[in-house]
Amino acid sequence: MSDIGITSFGAYIPKKRLNRKAIADANAWMNGALRGMGKGSKAMCNWDEDALTMATEAVRNCLAGADTSPYGKLYFGSTTHPFVDRHNAGIIAAALNLSEDIRSLDVGGSQRAGTSALSEALDGLGDGNTLVVASDARPAKPGSVQEMQFGDAAAAFALGSEHVIARFLSSHSVALDLVDHYRAAGEDFDYALEDRWIKEMGYDIIIPEAGAKALEKAGLTGADIDHFIMPVRQRRLDTGLAKKLGIAAEAVRPNMNPEIGEAGTAHALLMLVDALEAAEPGQKIMVVGFGQGTDVLIFETTEALKALGARRGVKVHLEAGVEENIYTRYLSFRRILPYEWGIRAERDNRTAQSTFFRKRDSITSFIGGKCSQCGTLQFPKSRVCVNPNCQAIETQEDHPFADMPASIKTFTEDNLAYSPSPPYQYGNVAFKEGGNIYMEITDFDPGVLEIGTELKMVFRIKDFDDKRGFRRYFWKAAPADNA
Amino acid sequence: MARGIKDKVAIIGMGCSKFGERWDASPDDLMMESYTEAIDDAGITKDDLGMAWMGVFFDEQNVGKSALPLSQALRLPNIPVTRVENLCATGTEALRGAVYAVAAGATDIALAVGVEKLKDTGYGGLPERTKGTFEDLWQPNSTAPGSFAQLAAAYAAKHDIPMEDLKRGMAHVSWKSHQNGVKSPKAHLQRTVEMDAILDAPMISFPLGLYDCCGVSDGSAAAIVTTPEIAREMGHDNPVTVKAMQLAPSNGVEMSHNSWDGSYTLTTRIAAQRAYEEAGVTDPVKQIGMTEVHDCFSITELVVMEDLQLSEEGRAVNDILDGKFDATGDVPCQIDGGLKCFGHPIGASGLRMAYEVYTQLRGRGGERQIKDVNMGLTHNLGGIPNRNISSVSILGRYSD
Repeated sequence: MSDIGITSFGAYIPKKRLNRKAIADANAWMNGALRGMGKGSKAMCNWDEDALTMATEAVRNCLAGADTSPYGKLYFGSTTHPFVDRHNAGIIAAALNLSEDIRSLDVGGSQRAGTSALSEALDGLGDGNTLVVASDARPAKPGSVQEMQFGDAAAAFALGSEHVIARFLSSHSVALDLVDHYRAAGEDFDYALEDRWIKEMGYDIIIPEAGAKALEKAGLTGADIDHFIMPVRQRRLDTGLAKKLGIAAEAVRPNMNPEIGEAGTAHALLMLVDALEAAEPGQKIMVVGFGQGTDVLIFETTEALKALGARRGVKVHLEAGVEENIYTRYLSFRRILPYEWGIRAERDNRTAQSTFFRKRDSITSFIGGKCSQCGTLQFPKSRVCVNPNCQAIETQEDHPFADMPASIKTFTEDNLAYSPSPPYQYGNVAFKEGGNIYMEITDFDPGVLEIGTELKMVFRIKDFDDKRGFRRYFWKAAPADNA
Repeated sequence: MARGIKDKVAIIGMGCSKFGERWDASPDDLMMESYTEAIDDAGITKDDLGMAWMGVFFDEQNVGKSALPLSQALRLPNIPVTRVENLCATGTEALRGAVYAVAAGATDIALAVGVEKLKDTGYGGLPERTKGTFEDLWQPNSTAPGSFAQLAAAYAAKHDIPMEDLKRGMAHVSWKSHQNGVKSPKAHLQRTVEMDAILDAPMISFPLGLYDCCGVSDGSAAAIVTTPEIAREMGHDNPVTVKAMQLAPSNGVEMSHNSWDGSYTLTTRIAAQRAYEEAGVTDPVKQIGMTEVHDCFSITELVVMEDLQLSEEGRAVNDILDGKFDATGDVPCQIDGGLKCFGHPIGASGLRMAYEVYTQLRGRGGERQIKDVNMGLTHNLGGIPNRNISSVSILGRYSD
């Protein structure tokens, strides 16, 4: 039996929760059936979040400030990577300030991308340490059932062989071209097939077979499973599958669909985080991923689970939701509804890529300078110390700003500036350990900012260049109590 | 040892176009308007000019780069023309170039023209612009009102002043400039506004409402400078002279260092102190008879009163509400309406301020003439409170 497995976990769920009733109210005129689905809420990205920014925050929550140097691999599972051809995992690695000597991989192509990344990472772990994250901000056509169901979220795991909290016991995967839904290259939205066919010819056959094989590999029976993770929204499908596998009905984990919706490739991993938060040492967890086949993974929690310090998993995020009732805001944040934003939105956001590459440590890794002579922290890092009483030349050492607490020194709420979420909030942000950055502030409601408001740094979309299909990322100041 | 610019250069002619939404005029029309007035005022001809400076801020977006727009518009006789740009201090920089050239003895008579044609850009406020390829990657896509609004919350917090009280002080700044603008025929906005209308105006960038923001205008202003000796030969017995011209750009402290608290303009304090020393001013409130300061937003004027040592720290709101800077106060500020009402065609503004001080010093102020003005101060703040260029100039009479 292996001694490798999960050493830490983290999640990220955007705080906005779109009330499904708001979706139904807006769209029931064209499809009355939506009314019946208008219950609960779904997690939705802020305008400046996408699968990549959520993934970054999930990994940060997983690391919880720990040293990143042991991690030599990073897997990023999603079917909504913001770039089809630009290494998404590499952006996350840079944002996390990981070593550039890293093996990193974008995993996509099916809703199994999260579980497949996890399973591959475990199989190839060896003596190393690996980070696995799955994240999705799934697009859905207005008025569709998917729009009601799909939510945005990310989950991350650290894998290794020391301080393992959940030992990896076995896995089994199946590839089967059952087209339950698909999204062709270049298309904006999924095309979905009929539910009952997918259940009867898909879930009901594939999962019991693969599950049984995974159990056999681990030398277990269904009755040994304490937590069964089956990310499906259809009622009773999960309990039915548990029964087929001989797993007790009480072991079936809640799918979180009422609170956050179905988060695509992240969902099975999100449920695993939730299970680990609830589990006792010595419990067995079966995780199922489904999408043109299946991945089944089995873990066993260890005594180390209780020793793992508090971190931001699913629980804290479920509690941190803020209701959103404006459906058109959701459509606009999704870039589906093209509002008239006025002349200021016409600004050309072309990126000088050579500048960006030269300054990537500042922009993506949020590295500033620390003067070795006077200790002054400063951003951006420069050749001459900014301290008027120092002014030393070539003394600045790399200093990461991402995890430093800060507060508002000055601010405004700007109605004139273009922002996809007006009013545009920005100001001088003072870091407790020193340093000041004039920067964008995000995730606050209008009217709540004050001098001294506590902040933390988050990795977000800075702006879009629609002319060239590019988006830029930088760090922003968010509420310190953001999950 | 440098002895400064005091009394080395005289201003013998000035001109200023009508400011406003000049749909009728192109940059060359505006430049001709101010230049013609200036050259007539000086009583010279084009052939007397030895060098010229042109100030314009936005380039491709309105007037154009280089010396050529001025040289061609005025059909100058191929004399050296230098285009200068230093954000909102641009007009003053054009004047500084001309003044220094005369002081250096490089030429006898020099021309400075500032111009801006904002209303062809299609924007209500100032146009969007890039801040540089690196800065665009991380700095907020801020606007001018949003950047200056930052001063307000920081000032209120530092001095423990309730925002409503600060808003009243800010509103009085704008109210006073509207009162003055009515008596200023070339001003963009020439109507009074009630305090309640100012306080209840739509919010642009918290806490700045519509009337806390200056006008966005087209316009031009011009000056002709020479030595005091030549001025006397031309019949100016006691010419207007430059007493001080100082400039202080930020070096990154406000942007990156926590020694700045965000409630004042650091560069104004530096430039003002140097200017007072250069001009020999020891008691600004008593010696400076009038100011034209950079009231791009009401809060800017408010904090600048302290930065210029005209109010004690934390006392600007009281002084403003007491009328200290009104037309009848101790140190009238923006007697011509200021940026708020005269308007703010960026490249022209510094020269427009000098034009008003010159007008007052020569007793040509008409119904807005201030009594007993010996020295007037102009102040520009280009950029944003975090990162800016401040210029402070003092003009007076040669024999005073």
